[in-house]
Amino acid sequence: MKSLKKLGVLGLAAALSLSVVACSKGGGGQATSTSTGTVELSMWTHNAGNKEELAAIKSVVSDFNASQTAYKVNLQAFPQDSYNQSVTAAAAAKKLPCILDIDQPNVANWAWAGYLAPIEGMDETLSKFLPSTVAKYDGKTYAYGYYDVTLAWVTRKSTLNKYDIRIPTIDQPWTADEFMAALKKLKDSGDFQYPADLATGWTGEWWPYAYSPLLQSFGGDLINRTDYKSAQGSLNGDAAIKWANWFAEMGKEGYIAKKSGSDPSQDFMNGKTALLWNGSWTAVPTRKKFGDDIVFAPPVDFGNGPKVGGGSWTWGASTNCADPAGAQAYLKFAAADKYVAEVAKDTNNIPATDAAAAMVPGFEEGGENDVFRQFAKRFTVMRPETPGYPFIATEFEKAAKDILNGADPKATLDQAVTNIDDNQQQFAG
Amino acid sequence: MSEPLAHVADDTAAVPAADAAHSGRKPWLKGLVMALRIALCLVFGLPLVFLIVSSFKPDNEIFADLGTVNAFLPVGSISLDNYSGVFDRVPFATFMMNSVLISVVTVAAGLVVNSMAAFALSRMEFAGQKIVLGVILATLIVPFETMALPLLWWVNQLPYFDGSIGWLDSYEVQIIPFIANAFSIYLFYQYFDSIPKELDEAAKVDGAGWFRIYRSIVMPLSGPAVATVAILTFLPAWNSYLWPLMVTQSESIRPAMVGMDYFKQMSGSSGTAWGQIMAYASMITVPVLVLFIAFQRAFINSIASSGVKG
Repeated sequence: MKSLKKLGVLGLAAALSLSVVACSKGGGGQATSTSTGTVELSMWTHNAGNKEELAAIKSVVSDFNASQTAYKVNLQAFPQDSYNQSVTAAAAAKKLPCILDIDQPNVANWAWAGYLAPIEGMDETLSKFLPSTVAKYDGKTYAYGYYDVTLAWVTRKSTLNKYDIRIPTIDQPWTADEFMAALKKLKDSGDFQYPADLATGWTGEWWPYAYSPLLQSFGGDLINRTDYKSAQGSLNGDAAIKWANWFAEMGKEGYIAKKSGSDPSQDFMNGKTALLWNGSWTAVPTRKKFGDDIVFAPPVDFGNGPKVGGGSWTWGASTNCADPAGAQAYLKFAAADKYVAEVAKDTNNIPATDAAAAMVPGFEEGGENDVFRQFAKRFTVMRPETPGYPFIATEFEKAAKDILNGADPKATLDQAVTNIDDNQQQFAG
Repeated sequence: MSEPLAHVADDTAAVPAADAAHSGRKPWLKGLVMALRIALCLVFGLPLVFLIVSSFKPDNEIFADLGTVNAFLPVGSISLDNYSGVFDRVPFATFMMNSVLISVVTVAAGLVVNSMAAFALSRMEFAGQKIVLGVILATLIVPFETMALPLLWWVNQLPYFDGSIGWLDSYEVQIIPFIANAFSIYLFYQYFDSIPKELDEAAKVDGAGWFRIYRSIVMPLSGPAVATVAILTFLPAWNSYLWPLMVTQSESIRPAMVGMDYFKQMSGSSGTAWGQIMAYASMITVPVLVLFIAFQRAFINSIASSGVKG
């Protein structure tokens, strides 16, 4: 009898709870009008948990809302790690917000899929932005970003001096031979777990972002960029095979871990590695730890010039928005240098415009972070702006991992090219 | 009447019997068995120790201690900074309350709905009974990931209580699709089938209807099945990640597991906050751990009696 009562209580509790939660719905939505005539626009960002950037974005939204009465932007923050899944799920349900931020390599795919609306009337403003911060597809601009990030070899002057390794400069980066000789010296010293760390323990977009510039420095590429129809000859030509052999050798010779630790910056700061291939975001913790001893060296020139990846988070409008003019009004308002500087400053990323760079301590000409801006300006190769890029990225990651773990470079790259070419066919015409 | 409980009694009786058998073993064999037990305890326990110990250390020390025994010891710059950082970064209380609400309601409603369904399949006789059971069981082989998108489309078409269309971004979208559960129905069905049907007949003679038999006879005898279903419903509800990620947009209704993503950042001045991840993981693991310890015996008995593994 007691069990019966318990079950009854449970059932009643469940029913009550459901009726209570029935009244509780989140505030997600796209564009709705209030009784005062103000149109409310929903806006999504990937910055949940990232206090600095979220605060900067909130400040832009707050200024926009205070600047006029026609629109009110409501910001929803999502965690970065799962943001893309949240957006694609919302797109499947036709519940995208009016304004959203997008990781630049996804813009072409999302524009092609019909998620994004082109940005109108901002050509003059965006002409002052770093090209890598303006996302275009099929001749139209779909998004712009406040900042870019770049790649660098992070190391220490004291380490390079101790092992008699030249400190490279932006005008004279390491050559392939110099770099390999440096790795050998560092390895022979026995002072490090591994001479270098390419952050091979990370997964996903990091692989094409970090390692396709190395492929491009050898002379290869992810796809033939004349028409974006095929990777034949670009990803499996002689230059690409050379890159693949070099990449495999890095693991085989023990110059890098085939799967590095979860946080390569921490391993570098703990002295486990001497050279770290990583993003400009590592500047803050490494500079804090080593002060003036830290060096952010340019990418190695493997024969076709030093290369780095480009493109970071950008802002655009969705096609689901019931009030597209409101979304465009926000995007125009938010592109002011003042906001570019504010967001870049709070995130310590490379400001998108020269005017904003002058306002951010460290990024002004000759500032301690100016080196990153120069790398971005001189060495950036954008990830291919084709709807097939997410597939290309996945294929490249798979192939590069296989090669690092001993697969035959030529056969692996040939297979990747076949797969990419098959997939690219759907975008032809 | 005692038949359904007989196998549980057998299981518990088996433990001292096994110990008795072990007592006749040679000392070196006993030592080996004990060493294996300790090794197993370490394999399963050390990650938890690492998690909790690391939650008190700064990021650089967590990584510096890796590969040494210090990784499992509370040494170095021990502080509560990571815990205060968690509260600074995520609305922890909201996430926890949401997880508790979602899990408890799912379990409570699941117990009622699934036991009733199983009762009908086990005790009543109607045309197509076996086919219905077969269809329900067939759904067990379909992984949730394959149903996620169609389910998303479906819940987006359903009318809401306030008259609007679509359940997205609500509590019920995180609860209702998981109340009816084929596995729970099967467990109840299996257990109900072991309760003698003569009891129903006796009750019918005394004038009891089906609902009376369900609530006064069958359910009071099904304690182990209720415990099993409760636990096996609670764990996935508590650990749910993919579905809430897809259907929630507002921070105010997100559950604790999605909150884990708040700590992984590529950019920003701090990068990924590993110490805070450990602190957050510790805090969301503790309730489940406490629940497990409190109901350890029921948990083990129910798993043993249902033949369910991990």
